[in-house]
Amino acid sequence: MERHTISILVNNQPGVLQRVAGLFGRRGFNIESITVGESEEPGLSRMVIVTTGDDKTIEQIGKQLYKLIDVIKVVDLSESPMVARELALIKVHAEPAHRPEILGVVETFRASVVDIGASTMIVQAVGDSDKIDAIIELLKPYGIRELSRTGVTAMTRGTR
Amino acid sequence: MSTQPAALRSKNELIEKWSKPEVITGSEMLLRSLVLEGVECVFGYPGGAVLYIYDAMYGFSDFHHVLTRHEQGAIHAADGYARATGKVGVVIATSGPGATNLVTGIATAYMDSVPLVVITGNVPRSAIGTDAFQEADIVGITMPITKHSYLVRKAEDIPRIIREAFHIASTGRRGPVLIDIPKDVSAEKGLFKPVTEVNLRGYNPTIVPNKLQIEKLLKAIAEAKRPVVLAGGGVIASGAHEELLRFIETTQIPITTTLLGLGGFPSGHELWMGMPGMHGTYTANKAIQGADLLINIGARFDDRVTMKVQGFAPNAKIAHIDIDPAEIGKNVPTDIPIVGDVKKVLELLNREAKRTDQADEWRAQIAAWKREMPLRYEDSDTELKPQWVIEMIYETTKGDAIVTADVGQHQMWVAQYYKFNKPRSWITSGGLGTMGFGFPSAIGAQMAHPDRTVVSINGDGGMQMCAQELAVCAINNIPVKVAIINNQVLGMVRQWQEIIYDERYSHIDLAGSPDFVKLAEAYGVRGFRATNKAEAREAWEKALRHDGPAVVEFVVSKYENVYPMVTQGSTLDDMILGDA
Repeated sequence: MERHTISILVNNQPGVLQRVAGLFGRRGFNIESITVGESEEPGLSRMVIVTTGDDKTIEQIGKQLYKLIDVIKVVDLSESPMVARELALIKVHAEPAHRPEILGVVETFRASVVDIGASTMIVQAVGDSDKIDAIIELLKPYGIRELSRTGVTAMTRGTR
Repeated sequence: MSTQPAALRSKNELIEKWSKPEVITGSEMLLRSLVLEGVECVFGYPGGAVLYIYDAMYGFSDFHHVLTRHEQGAIHAADGYARATGKVGVVIATSGPGATNLVTGIATAYMDSVPLVVITGNVPRSAIGTDAFQEADIVGITMPITKHSYLVRKAEDIPRIIREAFHIASTGRRGPVLIDIPKDVSAEKGLFKPVTEVNLRGYNPTIVPNKLQIEKLLKAIAEAKRPVVLAGGGVIASGAHEELLRFIETTQIPITTTLLGLGGFPSGHELWMGMPGMHGTYTANKAIQGADLLINIGARFDDRVTMKVQGFAPNAKIAHIDIDPAEIGKNVPTDIPIVGDVKKVLELLNREAKRTDQADEWRAQIAAWKREMPLRYEDSDTELKPQWVIEMIYETTKGDAIVTADVGQHQMWVAQYYKFNKPRSWITSGGLGTMGFGFPSAIGAQMAHPDRTVVSINGDGGMQMCAQELAVCAINNIPVKVAIINNQVLGMVRQWQEIIYDERYSHIDLAGSPDFVKLAEAYGVRGFRATNKAEAREAWEKALRHDGPAVVEFVVSKYENVYPMVTQGSTLDDMILGDA
């Protein structure tokens, strides 16, 4: 069972997310995260799905996706070097006394503070999923009030 | 009988008549687009959301519309029409319950890769999402069971959508396409421009196979000592029966055809071993298990064929030819994958394939199995045996009828005892196993082939799931010959309960079923009943001679089982052979 990051170019049609997500659901494929947005080409969107499965499952995921008429191209990004990033907004409990410590963590992770309230701060972190996991772990002792992660978006490195 | 509309003109005349750009309603665009696709017959049922469409059909005579008595009957009839012809079947139903009544039929067609275009009405665009009267999200409901679907957003899209839908339904791996048309779109006026080109970037079925894989298969054939061909519905879908016959005659490889592959290869041929799988022949199952090369031609390694996958064809190198790449390796690990159209693949193979000279001993073994372990049943002079009835129907129709069957024991007996020789003469729900499919699908087959004998063989259970369509046969004089194999019980369930559930017969007694002769006559259809061989032959021959629809009820033995039988969790060579 390996983790794979799959990039899917789709027609930007109503219901296309439902078609793709439904396919994963009914065939028992796992979705760890899913992101969707516009692509470089007007009318086409790009979905990035992080999934786990053995080789046979990953092969089936690709083949079954291609059966959807609205799917144009499927690439398993994990097959070659890739850049994978997600963004997290972390609302952390931050009494004035604790703020310098929290800012230390933020700086170390090259994250940023995007909002400060009376007793909270919103930290914005960007990175691969391991990095996001790590900053969340470090902020936990202060008390995380709310956490929102975008899921991974990704592309292959270089000209390919 | 006449099923062709009186005013039906030649295709070219119709194209000329209906191709003119013109400002018309969405409903009129729909009808014209259907005609331009060559549609001759649609099956449907009107209702609120399709009133504009039916209004446009008032007096419209360029295709035939068959009004069924239930939407499920309509879609099964459209499915039977498609299976009998290879053309796209068309069905129309209204929104909400009309649309949801199609769901079983859509799933049936999807599982057996049948080309259908399913047109549903929906509530007006402004009402979508408000839980309006008779609203159902049929596009969402049917996403898992359609090849593709459309919610039409403006009338001017209709010609393009119809063109795309027919293209998608009838190419690659065939399947049903649903088009949902909101009521106000069907009323909206717009400029109608016929569409002939299809531009679908995400849809390019592979037709021509990879040459290297073909060479690999040819090499494997040359080396094989115990080769077997497993041919399925793909042979019939691609029209490859002649190429298949040539391939088998050249290579002399023994062949088994799946339930949906029956008729794709002549049953009388000495190399034909019958059907494989759960109720397959001894020879076919033994041959698969003993094979050193198994060539799957357009079948999908369904679990009723493979039974326990670990242990299926344990000694064989597996070659799999399929137009759908996702089928290859899905259920059975494959050594030689060949993606392509079966006909094209066989044409290429036939150029270089040679007789399998090393397989003479194997052929002798298979001939011996066929001789020693044929299909058999214990006949009786006091009781009517269902297998005997099927053999009698085969004999009296000279094996030349189009036969539809429902689902259950009788279906397996037809598959075993009716020897099909031609493609598209056998219609049954294989993948989904839809009870209620057998009879209405025969109506569609008869509409497609007014001059052929169409026989529909049903159990007493399944017949009651769509019996209302007898009205359609009566009113249109559609001369389907309906055989009801009445054992007064849900036979296949009874068989499983006997063998697997320690004879705990739970809710299988169909006592209270109607008198089928009277039921037929209530609809104005001739009815006959037979309880012994003499009556059976006489009643059946009368029904065949009758100029119109007829129902013959065969009252058969209640305790007959389908053998051989491989139970779930067993491998193919672990067959229960029965006590005959």
